[in-house]
Amino acid sequence: MANRIEQVFQELHRSGRKALMPFLTAGDPDLATTAALIREMVSRGASLIELGLPYSDPVADGPTIQASYTRALDAHTTLDGIFAMVRELRRDCHAPISAMGSFSLVTRRGMDRFLDDAQAAGIDGLIVPDLPLEECDAMAAGAARRGLSHIMLVAPTSPWERAARIARQSTGFLYYVSVTGITGERKDLPADIVRHVERLRQETKAPVCVGFGISRPEHVRQVTAVADGAIVGSAIVRRIGDMAGRPTAEVVRCVGDYVAELVAALP
Amino acid sequence: MAQRLPDSHGRFGPYGGQYVPETLMHALAQLVEAYDQARRDPTFQEQLQYYYKHYVGRPSPLYLARRVTEAWGGAKIYLKREDLNHTGAHKINNTLGQALLTQRMGKPRIIAETGAGQHGVATATAAALLGLECEVFMGAEDVRRQELNVFRMRAQGAQVISVTTGQKTLKDACNEAFRDWMATVESTHYCIGSTMGPHPFPMMVRDFQSVIGREAREQILQQEGRLPDVVCACIGGGSNAAGIFYPFIDDAEVRLVGVEAGGLGLASHKHAAPLAAGKPGVLHGSMSYVLQDADGQTAPVHSVSAGLDYPGVGPEHSYWKDSGRVKYTIATDDEALEMFYELSRLEGIIPALESSHALVEARKMAPTLGKDKVIVVNLSGRGDKDCVEVARLTGGPRKD
Repeated sequence: MANRIEQVFQELHRSGRKALMPFLTAGDPDLATTAALIREMVSRGASLIELGLPYSDPVADGPTIQASYTRALDAHTTLDGIFAMVRELRRDCHAPISAMGSFSLVTRRGMDRFLDDAQAAGIDGLIVPDLPLEECDAMAAGAARRGLSHIMLVAPTSPWERAARIARQSTGFLYYVSVTGITGERKDLPADIVRHVERLRQETKAPVCVGFGISRPEHVRQVTAVADGAIVGSAIVRRIGDMAGRPTAEVVRCVGDYVAELVAALP
Repeated sequence: MAQRLPDSHGRFGPYGGQYVPETLMHALAQLVEAYDQARRDPTFQEQLQYYYKHYVGRPSPLYLARRVTEAWGGAKIYLKREDLNHTGAHKINNTLGQALLTQRMGKPRIIAETGAGQHGVATATAAALLGLECEVFMGAEDVRRQELNVFRMRAQGAQVISVTTGQKTLKDACNEAFRDWMATVESTHYCIGSTMGPHPFPMMVRDFQSVIGREAREQILQQEGRLPDVVCACIGGGSNAAGIFYPFIDDAEVRLVGVEAGGLGLASHKHAAPLAAGKPGVLHGSMSYVLQDADGQTAPVHSVSAGLDYPGVGPEHSYWKDSGRVKYTIATDDEALEMFYELSRLEGIIPALESSHALVEARKMAPTLGKDKVIVVNLSGRGDKDCVEVARLTGGPRKD
């Protein structure tokens, strides 16, 4: 079976459309809500899902996503639970899911077992932000053997030659980090995104998606003018956190409305 | 030694490496390059030696503790007096090196994490000396435990940021420092305070701290005419231990013993002893022994000593543990507190709670060795900073 991430981008490409990729933390506030949120986001037009695996000590994430990790871990979210949730979701939801998690989680489980479990659950790609180019050979090979995408990140601080190497190595899509810093909502995005993305395109056939700092419809518009997709994390996670204790249906509707608003900004 | 470690990928066997977000990779590459040039540059080395001698007060004495030796009834106990350094601990050896490197890289700002506050103070000190802007991240729990050091940092012009996430201790301060660095990496150097973090930090910090071991080796040869039988040091991240061990690594006859924080005992799960009770994993940029749950989430840790209250350890210590070159053991909170008072009363030296852990092991080993044997203990810091907390825990000095 062809990889779902690649399939979706091919379809989008054929119809001249772009992707909205919401991020949410698995298990915040609980896994049942996460599953309901994923279904809702997909039905409201999200093309792919980035699923955050909560970790106790994230260093690339800002306070919003860190707080969601803490909530998920306080609710006793485990990797086994997350994989089971995705497996269950796969009965009726076929949108591509990329799991984003620290290498700490991968290495403790054992890389092969982690990749086997992710694949068996129905996860399509892996983003391991603290596993840079120099350390990722085994991971990339293991993912490729299982038909999983190994999605890598390029940062504004990556020197060009290095960015090009990462772009050539990344599969599924290439994740361009829009800002030098941690995840979190920002008022304005840097102006050099367009230039960076256009240059990266020359190095890879894989789609290029942009994340970090994107929270408004105009950001989505700005980014997808050049990129194949926009990734929105903190703005969604903040909404989920702000509605702690409210009925699940209400949380799901609120987040769904927001996702629909962002989808409407796609070209 | 056949092979010098780490290798060019920053590996000590399977340990070490660079597990950090892409945003930081270029800064690490620049740092590797800058450090490599600096260490081969006689001007840089002269500068560093100048400050070690005239500012820190090096060499620090190697002191034969006569009354302790008598009381413990065995091997001669020598104390490597890092407590006598300017700022009161070994930390200044590293921060001066990294601050000079920061200046050399043309970065105007330096940040640091701190547990007990000793590394924060030493960073603030070096920053004041060299005119760098300085911010120190410190867990809110440690801000409470180490009020004096917070004042010292602020008095020297540093900003102290109280970190309220997680357990509010050293690990959380590291997370915040990394996050700051993610956004400021172009103008800021992150001065990691121990032999931990991504390459080149474990190597670079070890190298700067190795002045301890080089001096101790020379001093013991002068004073005893031979090498010591045992060298003993406490391990949090492991920089004072790496510093004193490294120059003895090729001396196979010298037993090297590292002492982790046993807290309330290993069975209680309230300790900070990853080498004793952890497994290999990734934390703060490198592969090493770490205290984690089955998923890889960092486990809560406990130690009476803020400087040892950390779930990870430097990768080179993991390598030395597996190779058997260094033996690692633990000392509990109570044992460390006892040594805090014992050294104070027998020698008129109030040790840091961290260093008190190293004394516990020396106390245990001394009577099992003959009087012709020699133990060197790295007295990594002085205990002034701990007096208020120890008084709180023990109800004040014993009145017997």
